[in-house]
Amino acid sequence: MSPLIIGGGLIGVVVLFLVGTYNSLIMLKTRIQEALSGIDVQLKRRADLIPNLVETVKGYAKHEKEVFENVTKARSAMMGAGSMKEKVEADNVLSGALKSLFAVAEAYPQLQANTTFQDLQRQLEDTEDKVAYSRQFYNSNVLDFNTKIQMFPTNLLAGMFNFKVFEFFQATEEEKKKIDVKF
Amino acid sequence: MTIYNQIAGNRFRSVLIMVVFVFLLTGFFFLIGKFFDGQGYFIIGLIVSFLSVIGSYFYSDKIVLWMNRAKLADKRTYFDFYTVTENLAIADGVPMPKIYVIEDNAPNAFATGRDPKHAVICATTGLLNKLDRSELEGVISHELSHIKNYDILLSSLVAVLVGTVAYTSDWIMRSLWWGGIGGNDNDRDRRNPLMLIGMILVLILIPIAATLIQLAVSRQREFLADASGALLTRNPEGLASALEKISADPTRFAAANNATAHLFISNPLKNIKRGSWIAGLFSTHPPIEERVRLLRSM
Repeated sequence: MSPLIIGGGLIGVVVLFLVGTYNSLIMLKTRIQEALSGIDVQLKRRADLIPNLVETVKGYAKHEKEVFENVTKARSAMMGAGSMKEKVEADNVLSGALKSLFAVAEAYPQLQANTTFQDLQRQLEDTEDKVAYSRQFYNSNVLDFNTKIQMFPTNLLAGMFNFKVFEFFQATEEEKKKIDVKF
Repeated sequence: MTIYNQIAGNRFRSVLIMVVFVFLLTGFFFLIGKFFDGQGYFIIGLIVSFLSVIGSYFYSDKIVLWMNRAKLADKRTYFDFYTVTENLAIADGVPMPKIYVIEDNAPNAFATGRDPKHAVICATTGLLNKLDRSELEGVISHELSHIKNYDILLSSLVAVLVGTVAYTSDWIMRSLWWGGIGGNDNDRDRRNPLMLIGMILVLILIPIAATLIQLAVSRQREFLADASGALLTRNPEGLASALEKISADPTRFAAANNATAHLFISNPLKNIKRGSWIAGLFSTHPPIEERVRLLRSM
C-alpha cells in the first residue's frame, strides 16, 4: 500500500514539474515574440518618417538626386524584407543612406534652419534609439530563455519538445564604436 | 535575486510603516482624549489614521507632486525628457511612466507612485536644461530602477505620512525660535506652558519622522538603482557625469523640504545651511563621490 502511495506521489511531482516548466518556457518564448514585434513597430515608425524627410530636403536641395534615390531604395528594401534579420540588415543600410543625406543637408543653411527639418531629424535620431532599445529588450528576453533551456533539468524537457536557442541581435560596427565607457 | 528581495522588503516595510502610523496617530488621539477627558477620541484617531493611510497609499504620488508643485510634461516642449523615458521603458519592457516637470533651476529628479503601472517620473527644468541626452538617460534609468524595485511605494508613503509630521514640527520649531527670542518677560510667562508642550512634541515627533525616513531609505537602495540603471543604459558614464553635474551645481532648490527630500536623486537640501541637528537627522543620501566612483569602476 505505502510503496504505491510513494510511487504515485513521485509521479505526481514529476508531472507537476513538467507542466510548470513547459508552461514557463512557452511564456518566455511568447515574450520573445512580443519583443520581436516591438522591434518591428519601431522600424515601421522609422520608415514612416522618411518620405516626409525626403520631401523636406528636396525642397532645398533638388539636384542631390542620388542621395534621395539611395534613401528611398533602402527604405523600400526594409519594408519588403521578410525575416527580422533581413529587416535589421536593411535598416543598417538605411542608416548609412540617411547619414549621407544629413551630410548633404549640412551644406544648406536654410534647410538647417527649417523647423520641420530639425523636428524630423530629432525624431529620426530618437527612433534610432528606440530601435536599439527594443533590440536590447529582445536580447534580454532571449538571454533568459536561452539560459533556462540549457540548464539542467530543463534542458531535458527542452530537448523533448524541441525548444531551440534564439539568436541574439549583434550590435552593428557603428554602435560598437559609439560606446566610450572606461572599464 | 537581489531585486526580488528588494521588492519583498519594500512591500513589507510599506505595510510596517502604515501599521506604525496607525498606532502612533491613534495613540496620540487617545492621549488627547485622556487629557481632555473626552470620549470617542480613540475612535476618531482610528478613523483619521486609517483614512490617511489608505489615502496616502492610493494618492501619495499626487500629493507628492502637489507638494513639489509639479506639472505634467508634454512631448513637444520636453522632447528629450519624454523620448528618453519612452525609450528606456521600451528597453525595460515596462509601461511608460507619466512624466512631470518642476519649474526650478536646481537640477534634480525623483520617481513616485505605488507600482510600475502607476508610476511617475519628475524632473526639474534645471535638470533638463543642464544635462545632455546620455546624462539624462542615466538619471531616468536610475529612477526607472526605483520604480521596478518598488522603492517608490515605500518612499512616497513615507513622504506623505512623514510630511504631515515634518511640516508640523518645522512649524513648531520656527514658532519656538521666534517666540523664544522676542517678547518681554510677561509674554514669556504666558507662553511657557504652550512652549513646553511644543518642545515635547518636537522632541518626540522629529526623531520618529527621521527614523521612518531612514527606514525607507538605505544607501544600498541608491547603489542598487545606480547599478541596475547602468545595466539598462549600458553606459555607467552617463549617470556618473550627471551625478557630478548635479552635485556641483550651486543652485538652491526652492521647493525643498524634509518630507520629500529622500525621494530625490540628489539631496535637495544640500545647499541650505540650517546649522542645526535636524539637517543631520534627515540626511538620507550616500555621498555622491562614492556613487560616482562605483559607477566608474563598473
